Amino acid sequence: MVPPLCFQHLKQYWAMYRLRLIRKSCLTQIKLLGFDTRLCHSSRPPVDLIGINYPAETINGRKYRDNHQTSQMPLSKINHILKANEYSYKVNGYDGRNSVNSILGLDSNILASNALNEDRRSAATCLQSRGMLLGVFDGHAGYACAQAVSERLFYYIAVALLPVKTLMDIEDAVENERPVLPMLQWHKHPNDHTSRDSGKLYFNSLRTYWQERIDLEEDEDRDIQMALMNAFKRLDNDISLEAQVDFGVPFSHFTPLRVALSGCTACVVHVDGDDLHVANLGDSRAVLGVQEENGTWSAHTISNDHNAQNADELQRVLSEHPALEHKTVVKHDRLLGLLMPFRGFGDMKFKWSGEMLNRVYETRPDILSANEFKMLPPNYHTPPYLIAEPEVTIHTLRPKDKFLIMATDGLWELMHRQTVVQVIGEHLTGLHWQKPVSGLSFTLGQMHRLLQERKSRAIFALEDENSATHLIRHALGSDGFGTVDPRRLSNMLSLPQDLARMYRDDITIVVIHLNSANM
Amino acid sequence: MWSVYKRGVHVSRTLYLWVGAVPNHVVLISLCARLGAVPNHVVLISLCARLGAGTTRLCAGIVSVAKPISIECKMADYSNSLYEHLEEETGVKTGYVKTGSLCLAQNQDRFLSLKRLASRLNVMGIPWDAVVSPPDVNHALATAAARHGVQIHERTTVNHVMMEKGHVTAVETDRGAIECEYFVNCAGQWAYELGQASETKVSVPLHGCEHFYLLSKPLPEPLQPSTPVVMDMDGRIYVRAWQGGVLSGGFEKNPKPIFTEGRNQLEIQTMQEDWDHFEPMLSALLRRMPELEVCEIQQLVNCPESFTPDMRCLMGETPGVHGYFVLAGMNASGLAFAGGAGKYLAEWMTYGYPTANVWPLDIKRFGNLQSSRTFLRHRVMEVMPLLYNLKVPRWDFQTGRQLRTSPLYDRLDTQGARWMEKHGFERAKYFIPAGKDLLSLDASKTFYKPDWFDIVGAEVKCCKEAVCVIDMSSFTKFELTSTDDQALALLQHLCANDLDVPVGHIVHTGMLNERGGYENDCSVVRVKKNSFFIISPTDQQVHCWSWLKKHMPDDPQLHLEDVSWKYTALNLIGPRAMDVLGELSYVSMTPEHFPSLFCKEMSVGYANGIRVMSMTHTGEPGFMLYIPIEYALHVYNEVMSVGQKYGIRNAGYYALRSLRIEKFFAFWGQDLDPFTTPLECGREFRVKFDTDIDFLGRASLLHQRQEGVSRRFIMLVLEDHDTELDLWPWWGEPIYRNGELCGTTTSSAYSYTLERHVCLGFVSPPSLDGSPAAVTPDFINRGDYEVDIAGQRYPAKAKLYPFSSLFAQQRRRKDEMELSNFQGK
Repeated sequence: MVPPLCFQHLKQYWAMYRLRLIRKSCLTQIKLLGFDTRLCHSSRPPVDLIGINYPAETINGRKYRDNHQTSQMPLSKINHILKANEYSYKVNGYDGRNSVNSILGLDSNILASNALNEDRRSAATCLQSRGMLLGVFDGHAGYACAQAVSERLFYYIAVALLPVKTLMDIEDAVENERPVLPMLQWHKHPNDHTSRDSGKLYFNSLRTYWQERIDLEEDEDRDIQMALMNAFKRLDNDISLEAQVDFGVPFSHFTPLRVALSGCTACVVHVDGDDLHVANLGDSRAVLGVQEENGTWSAHTISNDHNAQNADELQRVLSEHPALEHKTVVKHDRLLGLLMPFRGFGDMKFKWSGEMLNRVYETRPDILSANEFKMLPPNYHTPPYLIAEPEVTIHTLRPKDKFLIMATDGLWELMHRQTVVQVIGEHLTGLHWQKPVSGLSFTLGQMHRLLQERKSRAIFALEDENSATHLIRHALGSDGFGTVDPRRLSNMLSLPQDLARMYRDDITIVVIHLNSANM
Repeated sequence: MWSVYKRGVHVSRTLYLWVGAVPNHVVLISLCARLGAVPNHVVLISLCARLGAGTTRLCAGIVSVAKPISIECKMADYSNSLYEHLEEETGVKTGYVKTGSLCLAQNQDRFLSLKRLASRLNVMGIPWDAVVSPPDVNHALATAAARHGVQIHERTTVNHVMMEKGHVTAVETDRGAIECEYFVNCAGQWAYELGQASETKVSVPLHGCEHFYLLSKPLPEPLQPSTPVVMDMDGRIYVRAWQGGVLSGGFEKNPKPIFTEGRNQLEIQTMQEDWDHFEPMLSALLRRMPELEVCEIQQLVNCPESFTPDMRCLMGETPGVHGYFVLAGMNASGLAFAGGAGKYLAEWMTYGYPTANVWPLDIKRFGNLQSSRTFLRHRVMEVMPLLYNLKVPRWDFQTGRQLRTSPLYDRLDTQGARWMEKHGFERAKYFIPAGKDLLSLDASKTFYKPDWFDIVGAEVKCCKEAVCVIDMSSFTKFELTSTDDQALALLQHLCANDLDVPVGHIVHTGMLNERGGYENDCSVVRVKKNSFFIISPTDQQVHCWSWLKKHMPDDPQLHLEDVSWKYTALNLIGPRAMDVLGELSYVSMTPEHFPSLFCKEMSVGYANGIRVMSMTHTGEPGFMLYIPIEYALHVYNEVMSVGQKYGIRNAGYYALRSLRIEKFFAFWGQDLDPFTTPLECGREFRVKFDTDIDFLGRASLLHQRQEGVSRRFIMLVLEDHDTELDLWPWWGEPIYRNGELCGTTTSSAYSYTLERHVCLGFVSPPSLDGSPAAVTPDFINRGDYEVDIAGQRYPAKAKLYPFSSLFAQQRRRKDEMELSNFQGK
């Protein structure tokens, strides 16, 4: 079972990268043609979508049209697909833990491009320390790494944030087999995948981490920024170590090795009061929705993408390798001509030494048979090429910061951040329309018109109570003029499995509603 | 203050205590005013807020007389005339204006329903709807009440009602206890809670819904107060003139239930206006009256109203507790009903019964089973829109269903049963044959020929020619046993017919009240010498129980048990029923061996102890099987498989209805009521005049027999009525004799045998000198009768007996009796 699966991952891996290239060039063309990206926030012109569902039928125009009309998805089915993974969490107002709730709630959703979803999301409340953690993870070359990171990273951050005293209590409890106080309260959708194997291994690694922290007794007032950095690096290190142990043992689990050889980006937000920390690794992005005093919406990006489009990041990568390699380290905007994000978890083929990689390929040919990765990446001279050190941004929340959107690049490829903020902002105000009005000094006619206006907006907004779902609906179905074209949406959702990746990547969105009244 | 009450207790023989916690003060006060006029009584009202602080203060003040059932019309009519004269009696202004009202129809079906209503209203004379100012009416009534010595105590909350041995003894208020003999729960929205708060819980099935209406500022050209009330039921709104502007509210499709968890949830004062919710009604209003556009808004009022599971109010004495009365659940017509409801309840409390048939409003039509909060919440959400929905014949409630079912429910359902509900029990209406289009059948409900016509026709034909099975498990079944002959003595006292029959005989009998009217119409089986099995209509479960309990001596040797749930009842109707049963029991079931109106315990299939009774409630040959529920499926399966070769099939209640109506069988609750005597419906042969047993109602009946009856139950066969094209009769249609109004119908059905419509109803000759005239055979036989369906009169042939079969049956029964007596001895 396993080898063909791996093979498929890698095939997709390649296909995806090829396609992203196509898309990127497409986007540049549109920009050249002078399209306003705010109006047309899809990266491809709307027209070419009509036919994509029926490549075989286009020969016979008549047949094509009939077929098209009959096969349009009903709205109920569209909603079913869009809402299958939506999740909302309302922060309990009486929660004594966060004395001032800076988060009202969160909406999240995942729409997979095809059957195998490689994106992950996580949300959890820190029980032993304060604050809430939220993250989106975009996996590649399989979901193994994204899955492991989405489950493990928050524990590492929690451990990194806890004072040594608390860690000692925990260690004591584990040692004496007493019940351990939970560190995190997860906010999970039932569909969110949970891995069953490796739990023991993961726990041992985590325990080693806190034991080391206890031994070092580094109890100086730790800042969140450092904690995030350490947690990220520590987890990536553990992933690497677990895999090395793993491949030395014949017939062991494949999981640690699969985790190490696949990869994922991560964008994690820690919110505590009005302190916002964003730790970003790779090309997912966190954007703040800011409402200016005149009521207009603007996007404020609080994370930097780690890819070739970011000049500083490009500079960093180049500076870490000898000048000789400058032509090969980044080729076609990719690391070693292969990988688009410049930072990430896992992907040990960009981290381990060539020696070690060769050993892996020799000792475990079973997991890597028949693919292009048998050999080292080209020009593999001075690893590591990929790092897992996040860039941490600090932001103090202001009353005008109304919400925070975190999403994987699947969304950002389809929509400009300004449009994203616009859509969510209008959705929220649309929902506000449902608040009661009071009818003083109106005439009946005025009131009637007002109510009808409210009703039509409410219907539009009510279709999605979940902002993330609303955003996906727009991202896929926008007709370019701010409204959703159901036909376009239906086409986008009914793409055949093998074609879907050409038009959309997995999309993961977390929208955090901020409590601006409390700031 | 308190001592005054105490003294009051000692001085008077009887103390009535009225409680209106918050809403419906008008209802309450009107009762008290009425009761206060009765001498030797002290009436106290305790109110948890000030007088007039309830929702009646808020209600729209429309006194509309056009109500769906006649007792409601009577109540509203009385209220109307009460309010009209209130001002001159008390000197308090009431804002009473005779406006009349306009009912609008936006479609043909609505127009038909209005025409039906109009033809019915002709019976009581065209009423004039009116408007009043509710707070002023309240004040005027309170003034009148005080004049009669009624004491009103404001800001006094009733905590609970104390009882002893099933009697009300005192009321515990937040300012101390008050002894009293009678207590009226008139607490409107809170009546449910107050009922639950007594020692023995009293079920008052009602639930509140928010109700909105709009007040506008005066129009540029102020509206005259006499502007008629406009009701646009298709637009779901009503409009009346209010201080130069309009007052308009409605009954929306998506009501908002409120106070499910009780009163602590929300205070009346903080109830919010909800404009978005009102939008459909505002649209309807502006569509009907576009010129109101420029009119300014004064206020959107949110005044919750309480609704009941069947859209009718709740009144009367509660079944479990003597002296505990209820008057609540006005379904948004509190003001229109207040006067009349007060009158009837006051009569009820003073004389023991009201002067009109209030069974449709009697709280005993409900039991504990309708007391679930979830049920009530769901049901009132259906009831409130229904107020303005088109009510076509034979509609069924859709919510709160599948509560009580027979063990055969699933079996019947998979065979295409379509269900109706009675007292929470699911009953099959008819069975849709496999392959029929179900959608079109369910969708079309109409005033004309219904879509199930052929289906029921086939079932009836099968009943007549072969054999059908009808699941009749919903019937109320009691068992009365005693060690000695106490059971017989009780039944001889309560039943009009002679129960002293040999064991195994079935007796159809009425249970009459003092006036000779039917309190119940049942079949009693003497299963043992001192053990009787009593079968009553489904909705008699609470009423009959309390009637029996009320008259039962306190004797530990006499035992009454409700065994409704223990038996599944299958009705095998048709000439081949005896063949089916004969084959299943190896016993000959022919009339020679198993004569009519007999009951035997025997085995059917593998099951033993099945009570087989030779009656069908339709006049057709056949048997009722009373099966202990654990055998139900087995017996049903056996009957169906053996019945195959006799052409057996399932049938539903519509077929049964058609059969019993063409045979002129009256049904209690529909045709018979506490104001109808056996003599008026040709059932003299079921009264034991020939014995000297003094049963309840005997004196009245003897008197009536002497005087002659002034109204008579007749059967009308419609002539010249095209079943395909003409409107179908339902019930409540006026009957004309030689062009003169002489009565109304009570039920109707299409007779597949006669191929005509048959209506049952009561007629009475016009009184010449003010006293009622007696019905003569000539009055029935020599008159040209017509039935008015929605304004169109159809000639009908009046009959007193369906066929000779009724006589034949009676004669046969007599013979059989003699025969069995002979055999028994």
